[in-house]
Amino acid sequence: MLTAALSMSALGAGLGVILGVAARRFHVETPPIVDEIEQVLPGTNCGQCGFAGCRGAAEALADGTAPVTLCPPGGRDLAVDLAQITGADGADAALDGMAEAEPLVAFIFEDHCTGCTKCFKRCPTDAIVGAAKQIHTVVMDACIGCDACVEICPTEAIILRGKPRTLNNWYWDKPQLDPDAPTGPDGMEQAA
Amino acid sequence: MKLLPDFLSPTTLFSIRGGVHPETRKFLTAERAIETMPIPSLIRVPLRQHVGAGAEPVVARNDHVRKGQLIGRARGAVSANVHAPTSGRVIAVGHFTAPHPSGLPVPTITIRPDGKDEWGPRLARIHPETASGSEIAARVAEAGIVGMGGATFPAAVKLNLGRKYDLDTLILNAAECEPYLTCDDRLIREYAAEITDGAGIMAKALGVKRVIVAIEANKPEAAAALQRHNLGLGHKIQVKVVPTQYPMGSEKHLVKAVTGLETPARALTAELGVVVHNAATAHAVHLAVRYGEPLLSRVVTVSGRAVARQANLRVLIGTPVTDLLQHCGGLATAPERILLGGPMMGQPIDNLRVPVVKGTNGVLALTRAEARKTDVMPCIRCGSCVQACPCGLTPFEMNSRIQTEDLEGAVDIGLMDCVACGCCSYTCPSNIPLVQGFNYAKGKLAEKQSRKHQQDETKRLAAARTAREAAIAEAKRAAMARRKAEMAEKKKRAAAAKAAKTPAKAPAKTPEKAETQAASDPTAAPTPSQARRQEAQP
Repeated sequence: MLTAALSMSALGAGLGVILGVAARRFHVETPPIVDEIEQVLPGTNCGQCGFAGCRGAAEALADGTAPVTLCPPGGRDLAVDLAQITGADGADAALDGMAEAEPLVAFIFEDHCTGCTKCFKRCPTDAIVGAAKQIHTVVMDACIGCDACVEICPTEAIILRGKPRTLNNWYWDKPQLDPDAPTGPDGMEQAA
Repeated sequence: MKLLPDFLSPTTLFSIRGGVHPETRKFLTAERAIETMPIPSLIRVPLRQHVGAGAEPVVARNDHVRKGQLIGRARGAVSANVHAPTSGRVIAVGHFTAPHPSGLPVPTITIRPDGKDEWGPRLARIHPETASGSEIAARVAEAGIVGMGGATFPAAVKLNLGRKYDLDTLILNAAECEPYLTCDDRLIREYAAEITDGAGIMAKALGVKRVIVAIEANKPEAAAALQRHNLGLGHKIQVKVVPTQYPMGSEKHLVKAVTGLETPARALTAELGVVVHNAATAHAVHLAVRYGEPLLSRVVTVSGRAVARQANLRVLIGTPVTDLLQHCGGLATAPERILLGGPMMGQPIDNLRVPVVKGTNGVLALTRAEARKTDVMPCIRCGSCVQACPCGLTPFEMNSRIQTEDLEGAVDIGLMDCVACGCCSYTCPSNIPLVQGFNYAKGKLAEKQSRKHQQDETKRLAAARTAREAAIAEAKRAAMARRKAEMAEKKKRAAAAKAAKTPAKAPAKTPEKAETQAASDPTAAPTPSQARRQEAQP
């Protein structure tokens, strides 16, 4: 017993030292921009961009191998932020095409829900509540619309839909002025 | 040395910047005494009629409620109670269209009145002369009183400001600067003594010495009535006649006009030691404190030339707007627009069955001639809006930035200081919907902010989940390791025991042989660890 414990500890300590030395020795400096990008990304590691989590996406963005429009849950606002951070050129074209992302949230058709618990095990933000053989439901404020539950649901009981408007988040539409009317100083018009 | 009383002396008033002078059209209803509307056949009381969190329903379907009974309890720090305006049966606790331009549903309690108008128990009597400030504020909260000028901020929260700020003045807002509206004017003329008493009670709750009623110059009768009853709970009430100028009734502008103090951007007037309450709120406070009556009804001006007979009505909260119009003889002509509130800041509604709420001060049915033209023309940079803006902003520039979605740019030049009074839109010769654009931008910015907040929160949730999963995996690994160690231990012990036993039982056999036997025939005599492993297999 004692020998086993000692040998295991010795092994652990030895490997730890080797790892520590290696970490120092072969340390790769991550560019600070990766951290900066990761800050603005949703951080839920939903995987819709095709990279391994938000960190992976941030690294790809920093390399310039991914477009700033890669994050569907972030929408246009995030793409604008990313373009500002990365200083992406030619992103404007992609941004213009990108529709103002309406925030989507998951919705469970209760008639179809079998209470299999698959979706709430997958949910990256614990936005689905339920128990085995009980109807599940979505906490809308916590849902990021990442699609993970929609894919896993065996009865196709989950869809993504626009967040319903309530008195709390309703606001007036933008008044439509005559498109020919000069609406801003010259600089603004060119920017638009 | 003073030659004139305060309210006449021009030196005690201060001018406010900008503003407009729209035709007031108050003559339509100014001489019409307040009529009490009969109890309607159906009452719909929204649970959210105020700024802040909606009330929580405390009655269920088919319950019988009596007049003044609590039906919705305030939830959270900024919220307000809701009471049954008359006796009857609750026929639904659900959702109904809100009296709001969006037409979205709001949690609503629907009551079918039984016509008896039976009072339930009133709130316990308190004596404002001896009660403490917090007792009065608690009573005001209990009665569900909110700012009745239209802002609907819970009045009790504002009465508790004395604890946080060093207050010296209560200004009673009787400016009623919106055209058409005469509900406060009539209320003051008919209930001046009650209003000044309410003002005195509020002054007591706030702990202020000075009480000023600010009233626009176009309401001389009301001002005279207040002069006659200028004592409220021992406080001498000063009446100040302010010039007729829109938006004189805006809290910050009224404070400027009366005291000369300018409220800093995005600060409360309480920081200057001044609290502003509406005159109708003072009346509600009087009723709540002296008679224990919660806020059950309010005075509404029904006006506009599309209405057959303009009137000032005392209406139960929850009465459908269409009942008010019917009481006034219906619509004489097809209205261009129906507004709740005044024409400058009122909100258009589509569904006339929406109820009157605590903040509804007017129902206006405007004809085409009264409503504004909508053909928008280009901005000609005339600067009228800049001159009219009472907050000293540059509306045309803000608008151009908003049109190009440069919302941050608009914030940089003061979008958040805009009070949405509508002077810029009113004065614009090109009919540009300026204030509408600002409302859009503010809503959009608020949504962005809430989305940002939500993103931070979901990030936290995702991190918590990752941490939890890591902890579970770690715990599993630890359990596995422990079990392995246990198994190894047992195996060793069993082997040792066997080794100790074998020589005694069969001394001829060598220990090596016994071991090989055991290994070759595990099913015959499984070791404890093996048995365990078999059990573990499902």
